[in-house]
Amino acid sequence: MPESVVVIRDLVKEFHRGPEVIRVLDGLSLDIAAGDFVALMGPSGSGKSTLLNLIGALDRPTSGSIRVEGLELPNLTDGALAHWRAGHVGFIFQMYNLLPVLTAERNVELPLLLSKLPAAERRRRARAALKLVGLADRAQHRPGQLSGGQEQRVGIARAVVTDPTLLLCDEPTGDLDRKSADEVLDLLATLNARGKTVIMVTHDPRAAERARHTLHLDKGQLLEALQ
Amino acid sequence: MILKFAPLLFANLRRHLLRTAFTLGSIIVAFLMFGLLQAMKGSFDAGATIAGQDRLLTLHKVSIVQPLPKSYWDQIRRVDGVAFVSPVTWFGGTYQDERNQIPVFPVDGATYLDIYPEIVLPPGVRERWLADRRGALVGRAMANRFGFKPGQTIPLKSSIWRRGTGSSTWEVNISGIFDVQENKGDTMGIIMHHDYFSESLARGKGLVGWYVVKVRDPAKAARVARSIDELFANSPYETTTSTEKALAQSFANQIGNVGKILTGVIAAVFFTMLLVTANTMAQSVRERTSELALLKTLGFTGAGVTALVLAEALMLTLLGGIVGMALAYFAVDAFGTTARQYLPIFYISLPAALVAVLLMIGLGIAAGLLPARRAMRLRIVEALRGT
Repeated sequence: MPESVVVIRDLVKEFHRGPEVIRVLDGLSLDIAAGDFVALMGPSGSGKSTLLNLIGALDRPTSGSIRVEGLELPNLTDGALAHWRAGHVGFIFQMYNLLPVLTAERNVELPLLLSKLPAAERRRRARAALKLVGLADRAQHRPGQLSGGQEQRVGIARAVVTDPTLLLCDEPTGDLDRKSADEVLDLLATLNARGKTVIMVTHDPRAAERARHTLHLDKGQLLEALQ
Repeated sequence: MILKFAPLLFANLRRHLLRTAFTLGSIIVAFLMFGLLQAMKGSFDAGATIAGQDRLLTLHKVSIVQPLPKSYWDQIRRVDGVAFVSPVTWFGGTYQDERNQIPVFPVDGATYLDIYPEIVLPPGVRERWLADRRGALVGRAMANRFGFKPGQTIPLKSSIWRRGTGSSTWEVNISGIFDVQENKGDTMGIIMHHDYFSESLARGKGLVGWYVVKVRDPAKAARVARSIDELFANSPYETTTSTEKALAQSFANQIGNVGKILTGVIAAVFFTMLLVTANTMAQSVRERTSELALLKTLGFTGAGVTALVLAEALMLTLLGGIVGMALAYFAVDAFGTTARQYLPIFYISLPAALVAVLLMIGLGIAAGLLPARRAMRLRIVEALRGT
């Protein structure tokens, strides 16, 4: 039985809209094993993106515990969370979120700027990551010169360039055509096969089929837990 | 360390080339103006800095343009505490062309050189000049400007004085070229013998412009000045005597008011620059909210993102400032020859350059502060959702 990389207990996240309090996650508990590929599905507003953000330490819970790789995230300062993200998590977004003014290679190199690696080594690793996603020949292209599928592959290269243990994907195929989406999913499956733990929020059942496990959320709770 | 972020900073500046170019252009003009003004201000202040405290100037009480009788010369010389006295008159000279204005001063040769020991002459020149009634000493900078050589005879035309013959030109023989001890004055002038100048005057023969007096003891300068003025009180030509330094300072202060106005204009320009640059930065940060959120997602801390925004603003002001100051240096160099006819000491001093660098840094920080604060406080989830 593989060890759990993510352990969540009684997680609550509330947002305030004026006087109104909206409870997005309502006492959710969850374990994700190391090396797993989990798809998080559910209707809009079910809390799946919020859950992903909390696992990636982009936000703080109202209450409850999130332990990732043995680290209790809510206890860390903002600065410590930033350092932790830089070394342990790779993010992949629906809209790719590449910097339009930088080349593909410079975009992939961005997370490495926070390391103490020399420039040549950073460049070598960025090229290796681009090669991994099949875009070695597009290294000097800017995002505007790439197709949507290629942009997302650059996004994946940027996510893996620091060799994180956890890949968090928020609708990674949501903006792609079927063929490009399949290429991206193939890539995620390959990375998962190489040991990365992948957690993917998706609306697309075909994408979810590629995961090892699918978890359904509704009204801030796991349906599996409710059942 | 910061160098590895340079491509990111440059890429951001290239994002809206036209906007960056306009902002840079404004900063360049502001620093160009600053550099030129500093050169002018330094020139005005220089008079007071280099003036001697043991020298007095006796002027007509009403104004420096009112002449004094030549007969005062002997009377001042007899005042207790006076070492040397020389009459000086403003010649209002031009050479060859009306545009070539040159400061020419008819003086009493022997005493003038004793009063101004900082005037350095090659061996034998003092004697040669004193022996030649039509002789003149030419400053090194002036000689270089017109290519004057010792032994040459040159016509000096006055825009103020006429000779009995109707001519306004005095021909002088260049007895030698003078230098001035370092930082003790300029060499953009000519001195000639007062006797030669005044003997042929059509009008104002017995008059001089003012007197320069060397006192034996600088500590007693105020008393000597009072004695001189008391001597001529209630006469048709009342005098006012003060130290050369005080006079230069009061002259600088009068100009200083103009300087204050110009400084005010520059302050307004800089304030506008601050608004323009801050607006550019604020706009740039607003447009990049999601990109800054991405950097935070990747592990950049709030302080790191703040530093990037501040560095970008600083890069803009330093780049514009350095180009502006470089242009100011070129302008001072290019127009210096003309400007030095009126402002002999015309250059951008090291302190002025240092103030410019501090202004560049201050402007950059002030312009980047609010956008940087916004970037630091950015909440990642909300900013990413805004895309």
